[in-house]
Amino acid sequence: MISRSFVWGAGLAATFVFAALLSLAWTPWPVDALDIPNKLQPPSPVHWFGTDHFGRDILSMIMVGARTSIAVAILAVGIGMGVGIPLGLTAAVRHGGWLDEIIMRGNDLIFAFPALVIAILITAVFGAGAVNAIIAIGIFNIPVFARLTRGAALGLWQRDFIAMARVCGKSAARISVEHILPNIASLMIVQGTIQFSLGILAEAGLSYVGLGAQPPTPSWGRMLADAQTMVAFAPHLAIFPGMAIVLSVLGLNLLGDGLRDRLDPRLRIMRA
Amino acid sequence: MTVPRIRAALYAAFTLALAMLGGTLHAAARDDVIVAIQLEPPNLDPTSGAAGAIDSVLYSNVFEGLTRFAADGSVVPGLAERWDISDDGLVYTFHLRDGVTFHDGTALDGEDVKFSLDRARSEDSTNAQKGLFAPIETVSVIDPLTVEVTLSRPTGNFLFDLAWGDAVIVAPESIATIATAPVGTGAFVFDDWRQGDRIDLVRNPDYWGETARLQRATFRFISDPRAAFAAMMAGDIDAFVGFPAPENLPQFEADPRFQVLVGTTEGETILAMNNGQPPFDDVRVRQAVVHAIDRQAIIDGAMFGLGTPIGTHFAPHNPAYVDLIALSGHDPERSRELLAEAGFPDGFTTTLKLPPPSYARRGGEIIASQLRAVGIDTEIENQEWAQWLESTFNGKNFGLTIVSHTEPMDIGIYANPDYYFQYGDPDFIALMDRLNETTDPEARTALLREAQEMIARDYVNAFLFELAIPTVAKVGLSGLWRDQPTQAVDLTAVGWDR
Repeated sequence: MISRSFVWGAGLAATFVFAALLSLAWTPWPVDALDIPNKLQPPSPVHWFGTDHFGRDILSMIMVGARTSIAVAILAVGIGMGVGIPLGLTAAVRHGGWLDEIIMRGNDLIFAFPALVIAILITAVFGAGAVNAIIAIGIFNIPVFARLTRGAALGLWQRDFIAMARVCGKSAARISVEHILPNIASLMIVQGTIQFSLGILAEAGLSYVGLGAQPPTPSWGRMLADAQTMVAFAPHLAIFPGMAIVLSVLGLNLLGDGLRDRLDPRLRIMRA
Repeated sequence: MTVPRIRAALYAAFTLALAMLGGTLHAAARDDVIVAIQLEPPNLDPTSGAAGAIDSVLYSNVFEGLTRFAADGSVVPGLAERWDISDDGLVYTFHLRDGVTFHDGTALDGEDVKFSLDRARSEDSTNAQKGLFAPIETVSVIDPLTVEVTLSRPTGNFLFDLAWGDAVIVAPESIATIATAPVGTGAFVFDDWRQGDRIDLVRNPDYWGETARLQRATFRFISDPRAAFAAMMAGDIDAFVGFPAPENLPQFEADPRFQVLVGTTEGETILAMNNGQPPFDDVRVRQAVVHAIDRQAIIDGAMFGLGTPIGTHFAPHNPAYVDLIALSGHDPERSRELLAEAGFPDGFTTTLKLPPPSYARRGGEIIASQLRAVGIDTEIENQEWAQWLESTFNGKNFGLTIVSHTEPMDIGIYANPDYYFQYGDPDFIALMDRLNETTDPEARTALLREAQEMIARDYVNAFLFELAIPTVAKVGLSGLWRDQPTQAVDLTAVGWDR
């Protein structure tokens, strides 16, 4: 059974991914050519979403901005998973040992800071830019995946089929990869979707304060920041990028919920 | 009571209430003001700091010089009531005003003037405009109210130079603490500086001239355009001198609560090129950059139309200005040819460092797009002021940068090979030396025109536009300067009209 939230979420997410991919090949107007005489045009059949303060087409900017957001968010979630999952698996293997302590307390340390504050700290020290934004957002994704992995893995280590594997002489590392990982994969995918939406929000937030992707790379957050002094006489400058952020985050969250409903075995059993 | 009586009673009560309210309003006619400017001064010593924000707060309000700039840019008597100039133009005898005291109660006399001028021109002086004092040979005190300044060479601009904020008169008694507790002779006494927040000034009851209309004046510092707009709209500040978001001016103009003044400044806004390093050491590359730029697009796009195009480093409202815009017209085709001639048929990549003001941040995006059209790619880096001053201005670590030079008559910076854009052509230096020795106004004008032409033909920088300064104030506040002949927010004549 496919839930309604899954359909809506997948639809919204697919729209944005499609727009981002399409922008690689084609946008209604070029985003790097400014057209000052045509600045601040309201939405019209020529410019569906209007033009910004430099005369750029806002629809095109949002399409390319989707690319920026998605690229930053995917890479950041990749860092979070790539580092966090192995850390979580290791901590579960060394449950109660000093390595477990170090890993989990290290995660607590990162977790103790509000995510955006870490990101601002990193970009302030190492300079603003998309790459540093990716690293910053990636770092605060690490403890999320590490904790989730450790918790789920600990439960699995108590199960009979793992005990069986140990009796057969498989090493802890091999069990983690061959048995634990496939069993927590769905959990990770659901969490990844949620983190992905948070990554888009974080990227928009960093760009808004000027620490994300630098001009001329279009970014939703910076579009909002640029719009702020002009909202009173050109509201479309803020409405469309704002809608893009809201709808993409909403879509990913719905998708995450839908995926959880589909993938989580416990929920499946409950329904049955 | 009948209905008409009730109505009459209500009416009477209402009228009485209104009258009382009016009375309260009248009694509360304000004698304080909160003025915002964009940048906070790093210290409060105008005679050693380069930051223009120091003068914004203190010029004329707290510190005064022998001469001073009036609101229209003319040089008028300041602490010197009058002066005599010898026939050879070498000896200036200044007659000081009688009865002028510093805010700490000590009297102003010739010794203070000698101290201030000698301090500014000494070997170890940290004065940001030391060149202003270079022609001075000796300063001698004839009597407490007469000072004789002897120059080593005639200096046509000497009285103008003494009006700068860097040439104000300070007292030896209070010099040790000037950076945090400035003591001057002005119409306002420094009261308090809460760093990061505000500077408070209070009226000087013993001022030698006309007493200030305001009892108390507070400066606040808001550099973020959005915060500036919000603070102004909320009524938290009474005036903003140098409002950072030109796009909001029509909203203020349409709002009956506010008045908007748009004035001229001495700010030549330029795209500075690092003449000291390749590829900008090649005049063809510099010319290519200049022809790639469409000034009007920058004025419209970044400043929403505020600003006057310039073709050289000189204020267009100055009578000596030469219109050289034709030398640097927008011509991308010519630009590409020049790049090919210079050995960059496919263009090149350089850095573009942008300080916070919107002329730089927005102008930078527009310029980047215009340069990209001729094949020059730029890596934009947005910098905060401290970072810009350290790495771009002092460290000369840049290819291109955008900044507005707000000092009056500052074409002399092109004679300094160590200045951040590193021009310093020997012919230009010789020309400036000749200018400094010339006192005849017509000959000076001719030399100034020659200088303007030389830097325009050498395409030292891309000269963009003369910065306009918008001031937004609540209706009823009067006496603010419209133009900025020097960087100053002179509050001595400011007050509320109702």
